[in-house]
Amino acid sequence: MNQRIDAALARILPRVQKPARYVGGEYNQTVKELSGVDTRMAFCFPDTYEIGMSNLGLRILYGIVNRMEGVWCERVFTPWGDMEDEMRAAGLPLFALESHDPVGDFDLIAFSVGYEMSYTNILTMLDLAGIPLRAADRKGLHHIVFAGGACTYNPEPLADFMDFFSLGEGEESTVEIVNCYRSAKRRGLSKEEFLWELGKIPGVYVPSHYVHSYKPDGTLEAITPLAGAPEKVTKRIVQDLDKAWYPTEPIVPMTEIVHDRMNLEVMRGCIRGCRFCQAGYTYRPVRPRKPETLYEQAVHALEFSGDSEITLSSLSTSDYKYLEPLTDRLTEYCAARNINMSVPSLRADNFSRDLMLKLQKVRKSGLTFAPEAGTQRLRDAINKNVTEEDILKTCEIAFAGGWNNVKLYFMLGLPTETDEDVIGIGDLVYKIYNTWKAHAANKKRGVRIHVATAFFVPKPFTGFQWERQITPEEYLRRCRLLKEHMNNKSVEYNYHEAKLSELEAVLARGDRRLGAVIEAAWRRGAKLDGWMEYFDYDKWIAALDECGIDRHFYTTRGFGSDEILPWDSIDPGVSKRFLLRERERAYRSEITPDCRHGCAGCGANRLLECGVCDP
Amino acid sequence: MSRLLFAKEGAAIWSSHLDLMRALMRSFRRAGIDLKHSQGFTPHPELSILMPLSVGVESQCEIAEFTLAEGCVLPPEEIVSRLNPVLPAGIRALDCWEGGRKAGKLAWLRARLTLAYEESEARDPGSGDGGADSPTPPRSAQNDRLEALRELFARPSLTVEKHSKKGPVETDIAPMIRELTVSAAAGDAVVIEAVVAAQNPTLNPLLLVTAIETRLPEYKPAQVRCRRLELYDEDMQVFR
Ligand code: SF4
Ligand code: SF4
Repeated sequence: MNQRIDAALARILPRVQKPARYVGGEYNQTVKELSGVDTRMAFCFPDTYEIGMSNLGLRILYGIVNRMEGVWCERVFTPWGDMEDEMRAAGLPLFALESHDPVGDFDLIAFSVGYEMSYTNILTMLDLAGIPLRAADRKGLHHIVFAGGACTYNPEPLADFMDFFSLGEGEESTVEIVNCYRSAKRRGLSKEEFLWELGKIPGVYVPSHYVHSYKPDGTLEAITPLAGAPEKVTKRIVQDLDKAWYPTEPIVPMTEIVHDRMNLEVMRGCIRGCRFCQAGYTYRPVRPRKPETLYEQAVHALEFSGDSEITLSSLSTSDYKYLEPLTDRLTEYCAARNINMSVPSLRADNFSRDLMLKLQKVRKSGLTFAPEAGTQRLRDAINKNVTEEDILKTCEIAFAGGWNNVKLYFMLGLPTETDEDVIGIGDLVYKIYNTWKAHAANKKRGVRIHVATAFFVPKPFTGFQWERQITPEEYLRRCRLLKEHMNNKSVEYNYHEAKLSELEAVLARGDRRLGAVIEAAWRRGAKLDGWMEYFDYDKWIAALDECGIDRHFYTTRGFGSDEILPWDSIDPGVSKRFLLRERERAYRSEITPDCRHGCAGCGANRLLECGVCDP
Repeated sequence: MSRLLFAKEGAAIWSSHLDLMRALMRSFRRAGIDLKHSQGFTPHPELSILMPLSVGVESQCEIAEFTLAEGCVLPPEEIVSRLNPVLPAGIRALDCWEGGRKAGKLAWLRARLTLAYEESEARDPGSGDGGADSPTPPRSAQNDRLEALRELFARPSLTVEKHSKKGPVETDIAPMIRELTVSAAAGDAVVIEAVVAAQNPTLNPLLLVTAIETRLPEYKPAQVRCRRLELYDEDMQVFR
């Protein structure tokens, strides 16, 4: 343990909120003897401990890197504002949880980025660590900073700050990256030489090897790879999930985190292809794990961690092919040991009464649906294959079974949306209320229908990647319209902060010019932007002005279908041709069947060695 | 019903009472010790902690109460030896026994406060490493401080402001202090050892520091370390 840092911490910790998140020492954290370590990696998650420790990617990569002899990977999270102030006042540098050593002492600084509004947290962390923010200002192999995660499919807004990006699933590539670094250090390579070596690893994107030039109208003129750099970098995937390493001996947090339970990942990818959904496209191809593998992993992890809750996670768990056999065995195991099992993201259409009853035996949780749109026409346009009949049928079963709490998620501002679609949400909610009246097991307890709307954010690598975003004012008008059409005491309506989603849209489809904006916003004090306590729109607007950037260029303008897109150097598997086709079908309100009902030819199968998906 | 005596030190002191409960429940599961569960939709293990401990406070005398599941028969020593390897850093099982005194018999708590001033560090004298490397100010400053603190705690009445659910309330803490000594420690620190009321009402030893801060602001410590040492009944017999 670092004594200087520990002495300072002892003074600071009594004054900050939730100090447990800054001390480490949890059960089964990895601690190594420094004499046997040649490479130290700081795995940085640019959000709070509670969010970061709930991230499966972090737990997987932490385990994988720490299995390497001579390499020690430690965790670092963004300090909350009170802690950041205390650290700055005390001159305390950013430190890693396991050793409490300053992050500035580490070789590799890896960021896992899953949310656009956490970009400024990356700068906060680098700054607190005393590491130059910009890649160009970091010389030599001392601090190599890189990023991976869902946001890095469009790496450009972070290109100024990162030496390279690791695209896709990191189980294999991270090991290759660490070994490439060790060999570079041994051979005394320069940073430039190292980056060229690294660029040979599939899935590694080195932004400094690409020159972006712009037309007078601000759109991209060309993306020119330097000689030797590949035209496109293809994301990595794990070929055989049943053989992939899984954290069955996880770190057990000492303070409550967001997902404070054993997380069993039943599959990767989603068969659905909702046209707005970035995860749905970028996690393809769909790869289920075998129920036998999962059962063993679950039992091992539950016994090791002592967790009394387990959740079957994936993008859409009720689509998991072997859900029946898996839950059959698991419910038996769990019921005998007072363990709760939960299945998030249940869908209305294949929600079997059986499964509901089975879960009810263990625990009664709320019902959640995400129809996303209020009318069938718009649901078809976004390819959300849920019908009103499915939703009402499921509600009927649930209400009759004693549930009296429903959550419904919608989006406003979707492409082709009209006022009729907005009012359609109100109609659907009214029908759900009537279903409750007709079928409730116990009317005296009343019913709560929670409705939440999000502001549609067009994301790269979706069927809607070229679409316009409506203005925040128009979004709020639609929210008010909806509210007027949901006059019922049992309905509770919440809508997302419009300005946050507007900036999210700017950053999601941003190009390299946004690096300056992120830095300017951060210098003006923007931090923890994903948290309402800290989000400050005005700082961002001032930063955009300062850099001479018009946010509407990235939001309400929309991108031309023949325009060069900032993320064109990245290949996530799904082809651009397919995405264009999906957009056309959306305009015709034509659905695309899910992968299990027939391959739609998205192109992601190219990533598989066998070339054929097994959804 | 059984009881477990355990210590909470190191990194673990920063977790809350609820965090500690969760950690203990998970540790029992890891140790393969089945606890009895309540009935109903969300069965809870029968496990509780006698006196919740504030965040940041160390203890060598925490007591947890639990009931083993039917069919789970284990000698108390084995519970201790099974728990220790699977407890998180800073939590140590010290002893375990069946039954125990009624919780209502718990009356007094011995605690030690180590107050550090200026540059010195609050090191626990019990841990053996004195903070001798920091410069010692003129002896008289330390003596003045000791005297002032002794005088403060010798007063027949000592009201402090306590935060309660209904807002701040004035409480006289003097009657809740049974014994109190103030002594000098290495590195210009001051050690207060006190026996205070454990129940009806409880006196959180940190309120002694609040008293110093409000009554003698010039002796407000830069850093405080607090440790629970022992529990007693009404007759000052060790409570188990
Ligand atoms: S079901 Fe649709 S929204 Fe959900 S993960 Fe799959 S594609 Fe995305
Ligand atoms: S290649 Fe076909 S089956 Fe595979 S993910 Fe794409 S659409 Fe689905």
